[in-house]
Amino acid sequence: MTDVVQSSPDLKLSRIPEVGTSPIGSTAEIRLSELWESAPGWRGWLSTVDHKEIGLRYLVTAFIFLLMGGVEALIMRLQLARPDQTLLTPEQYNQLFTMHGMTMIFLYSLPVLSGFSNYLWPLMLGSRDMAFPRLNALSYWIFLFAGIFLYASFPLGEAPNAGWFNYVPFAGLEYNTGPNIDVYALGMVLLGISTTVGAINFIVTLFRMRAPGMSIDRVPILVWGTLTASVANIFAVPSVSLAFFLLWLDRQIGTHFFDVVNGGKPLLWQHLFWMFGHPWVYAVVLPAMGIVSDALPTFCRRPLVGYSAVALSTMATMLLGFGVWIHHMFAAGLPTLALSFFGAASMVISIPSAVAVFSWIATIWLGRPVFNTPFLFFAGFVILFVIGGLSGVMTAAVPLDFQLNETYFIVAHLHYVLLGINVFPVIGGIYYWFPKFFGRMMNETLGKWSFWVMFIGFNLGFFPMHLAGLLGMPRRIYTYAPHMGWSTVNMVTSVGSFVFAAGILIFLVNFFISLKRGAPASSNPWDAPTLEWAMPSPPPAYNFAVIPFVASRHPLWEDRLDEGAGRSSLEQGYLLMEGRETIGTTPLDAKPDIILKMPDDSYTPFFLGLFSSLAFTGLLLHWPGFTLLMALACSLSLMVWMWPRKDLVQRVPDNKQDKGAAHG
Amino acid sequence: MNGSESGFRHFIAVNYAVFLGVFAAAPASAALPENDVAPLNYFLHSSGPASMPTMHLGWVFVALLLAILVTIALLLVVAILHKRPAKDPDPMGREDKGIFWIYIGSGISTCILFALAIYSLITLNTISKPAHAPALTLTVTGYDWWWKVEYEYDDPTRNFFTANEIHIPVRQPVLVKLKSADVIHAFWVPMLAGKTQMIPGLINRQWIEADTEGVYRGQCTQYCGLQHAHMGLEVVAQSETEFLKWEDNQRRSIETVSAIDINNGMKLFLDRCAGCHTIRGTGAVGAHAPDLTHLNSRHLIAAGLLTNTPEHLVQWITHAQELKPGARMPSMELTVTEISALSAFLSTLN
Repeated sequence: MTDVVQSSPDLKLSRIPEVGTSPIGSTAEIRLSELWESAPGWRGWLSTVDHKEIGLRYLVTAFIFLLMGGVEALIMRLQLARPDQTLLTPEQYNQLFTMHGMTMIFLYSLPVLSGFSNYLWPLMLGSRDMAFPRLNALSYWIFLFAGIFLYASFPLGEAPNAGWFNYVPFAGLEYNTGPNIDVYALGMVLLGISTTVGAINFIVTLFRMRAPGMSIDRVPILVWGTLTASVANIFAVPSVSLAFFLLWLDRQIGTHFFDVVNGGKPLLWQHLFWMFGHPWVYAVVLPAMGIVSDALPTFCRRPLVGYSAVALSTMATMLLGFGVWIHHMFAAGLPTLALSFFGAASMVISIPSAVAVFSWIATIWLGRPVFNTPFLFFAGFVILFVIGGLSGVMTAAVPLDFQLNETYFIVAHLHYVLLGINVFPVIGGIYYWFPKFFGRMMNETLGKWSFWVMFIGFNLGFFPMHLAGLLGMPRRIYTYAPHMGWSTVNMVTSVGSFVFAAGILIFLVNFFISLKRGAPASSNPWDAPTLEWAMPSPPPAYNFAVIPFVASRHPLWEDRLDEGAGRSSLEQGYLLMEGRETIGTTPLDAKPDIILKMPDDSYTPFFLGLFSSLAFTGLLLHWPGFTLLMALACSLSLMVWMWPRKDLVQRVPDNKQDKGAAHG
Repeated sequence: MNGSESGFRHFIAVNYAVFLGVFAAAPASAALPENDVAPLNYFLHSSGPASMPTMHLGWVFVALLLAILVTIALLLVVAILHKRPAKDPDPMGREDKGIFWIYIGSGISTCILFALAIYSLITLNTISKPAHAPALTLTVTGYDWWWKVEYEYDDPTRNFFTANEIHIPVRQPVLVKLKSADVIHAFWVPMLAGKTQMIPGLINRQWIEADTEGVYRGQCTQYCGLQHAHMGLEVVAQSETEFLKWEDNQRRSIETVSAIDINNGMKLFLDRCAGCHTIRGTGAVGAHAPDLTHLNSRHLIAAGLLTNTPEHLVQWITHAQELKPGARMPSMELTVTEISALSAFLSTLN
């Protein structure tokens, strides 16, 4: 225990990891801090690869995009509050709804969940970082730059204006001559890089970075959700990146993928877009459902009912999610037989959701709920989820969708789904994990106010949209005449949207007040069962002073729940402090397999992200020389990044040497 | 205006009034009368075998799903509020206690979904084809932001064009072929049928049939650019005899009336408007904008934006870009004499 502090770097390729304890203040603990903490000031800020820091950045950036998209929505609601308003020109309105959709779907809903997962995964899994910390930083930087890129043309009055779905030929050069669609196309390809590397990181992290003993059936449901979403993204994102790349080629190089006159096919765009679009919809809700499945039981004082059923239903949803994209295209004139298949599949996909709903209700019913703010958000979420799911069943009925499609009914449905299943759990999740993030509690009174104002405002705003849709109001119209019979519902919706915004504002006020003056939080203020609550709030840079041994799904509730697998060992575990290290385990059973040498902080992710964004900017501005230069700079950054370093070669524990260093 | 024509206009007006329930004479400033009934309300109103089964499907779905919503909401509320024993021998229940909730809940859900899926597939089959071969075929082509309509016959010399107002004989299936001249639009007359996209390079098909005489409003529902909001149309369902009369009239070219005012107006039209508009029987053969040969037989102008009154027509010609910003129709700068000459000419386009 005493001689672990070594000054020389460890260069042996195999060793037996030491098991011990490392209480706060011990020499071992101090050494760990030195190893893992980022440099102070701007250098640390640009070079950090700490998943907690990156996770918080994701959360904050995504939340800022949420607010921007929200303001865009409020401006549109002013325009639509009364018939024949002239607050906005048609062009302004079209840009606003395009930016609103693009922002919420691409820049808010997935990144915010990546934020939670980035922050929480290693803490929940008992690891010291994600599998690829530098890739993680790169994923964030590219997300940030892509977001800025996508917004760059907004102040020039040349924002994308063809809707977030960006159908050709309207998005083609003939009908959209400005730079707006090129901004959208290139920005999406850039963002696709971020999503893809992020997804790879999550997948490898799940299969290799769990604490010993955390077998695959002991990981929290949030991990299942993000894993499923990440696998889906790996298959879905190429489809949309390809679509946008082809569109860019059509516009700039003169290819004819979508150009009708020369035999291009507008329907190809719809297929490519929705083959991505529908799996994406599940990718942005499954991790959020995971948040609820993990956090709701804490407030019900009992474990989730039907863990395996919920985990399996998560994966079933995603699998089916790849077979329903045609339901966005029911009106495109496809053969009836095809519509029948996809319509039926779209109904079947509600079954796994029903599993989750009944699991949550059973958990509440059989538990002893504590009415804290997060509980309110999660319970409110259940009802919004059900409304969004049921209206989804209506749109899955093909004949009914011939009517509902492209009306405000769809707007209502998708907002119940995306706000209900993403925003409510996210806000609830922030209330829940805020003490872990910042070491302080959020204010309960303001918290309850924020929930009720948001909940009432949300339903007041979005429920009447169902009626507007049944009254025949089409989507994406910048105004409507008084004789269409839509005036009242639109006024109510506009009022509701401002009430909802007020709820978000209360949340923000609470956030900033609590950040400064919230009561200090203990390590486990909610008496929650999972590993992230085993460490101080906020967690130290190294996460776990020792890598714990996990014996159950609920390591912190073991003295109350007998899951028949013995006790987890949280105080005593692998020390691993010869440089940044953590343990790699086998994919399913989580048996210790390898000592992973983790990289130090590095500027290369930042520069690679910056240079690749600049390369895309060069493409946008038609500066071939500059683009080439930036591509070279990217290669250089990659060379620095990838340069072989002996101290990063992975160590095989002595007892596993027969397997060789193949994992290195 | 000859007798039968004004009778026809009257007919449309009366039908429109009956259909809408109220009919207040439109003041010159207001575009269209305020209705009691939303003209696109397909949920409570529908006509004909292409939409009626869907409306009933919608009622069943809404009733059933609302019942499910109420049940689950009640379950949730009771789950939260029901009284717990003060002292529980098993303070933290075992993980798999309560799994029957999931079995029962998702079992019932599966059965209901199965039934709904079958019902909706049966309905889809019912509405996918008319009971007998369509009596009439027409091609509707979407333009930014109006509708060109061509009536097609076995003898192509009988074909004729009109715009934004479709007449069909009542109780007869009509095949509508859908094309687009520019971007993707969608043809939607909700009280008669669901919507179908109009995709450039493809011909989509749908059919409509009206059970009762009346005017059915339609609207583009695929976002198509600046004036997507103002791309409306009307379908007028009328008796076989009325329809044939209308058809005959539409097929005629106009006969030029010689009066000095009218002649001046026509010259002006040929000068300034004929690049885009056609008036059969004159030299105006433009194909980028609605055929105006029988302009006055239509109830609305500017693709459903304004009622077709002489005042609105002048407003539209001189202020198109204010009324429908971005429309392909320019705001024409005309002197007072030019306006009156043009109006006089246009008023002959019955």
